[in-house]
Amino acid sequence: MSEATTKDLDDITADESLDAYGLLCPMPIVMTAKLVDSMTVGQVLEVVATDEGIKEDMPAWCESTDNEYLGVKEKDGEYRVYLRKTAAG
Amino acid sequence: MAEASEKTADIVKMESKNKVTIVIFSGELDKVLAAFNIATGARSMGKEVTLFFTFWGLNVLRKNKAKNTAKGWMKKMFGWINKGGTEKLPLSRFHMAGAGTSMMKKLMLQHKMPSPEEMLMLSKEMGVKIIACTITMGIMGIEKSALRDEIDSYAGVVTYLAEAEKSSVNLFI
Repeated sequence: MSEATTKDLDDITADESLDAYGLLCPMPIVMTAKLVDSMTVGQVLEVVATDEGIKEDMPAWCESTDNEYLGVKEKDGEYRVYLRKTAAG
Repeated sequence: MAEASEKTADIVKMESKNKVTIVIFSGELDKVLAAFNIATGARSMGKEVTLFFTFWGLNVLRKNKAKNTAKGWMKKMFGWINKGGTEKLPLSRFHMAGAGTSMMKKLMLQHKMPSPEEMLMLSKEMGVKIIACTITMGIMGIEKSALRDEIDSYAGVVTYLAEAEKSSVNLFI
């Protein structure tokens, strides 16, 4: 699975958005896990964060929880990370 | 034949090792936060997490502003100089009679970093298992009434080891 380009990500409409702006590790991931739990399989989540760690943490979290990591958009210290819920339960 | 089935049993055992166990021996703000960060992160990944609080780490589980109920003058004195409670944890470095710790707390607040109290409650809410070491309670004269309701069980080293055996991540902080 190759990471999507920024252009591909622009075409994605997120079903849910999570504001983790200004929060430090591990809060963005903790909040992500909680929200993904309430989503249905196939839905896309956008996480907005300022902690750079999310660039590595989110693909790692997706891999270990069997969800699909779609990619990250980075602009002026703001990270928009996208993932699709693929794990049931 | 017997050897082969033994090996299969080993593999099954390996695969079921999805737990994270952390011994929290230290009662210092920074170290305790590190432990809670790992615990909540692991829960986010769907792993079972057990925190085993022992020795100075038990201070985390003491009620804030609890009365000193220790019996005997030595235990009582320990109770006075080692108050405990999530709001009383010092930094492991640059505590400087409270000045350094107070500055660090201000910085953490500015960065919206959760406090030990918030991390304890978050861990609990996420299903992290909290165990208090009974040996420490005995030595320091800490009674159950001085400890928090968030504790899942009171146990000793064998309980910890049994949990650790099922864990792929096992830390001592």
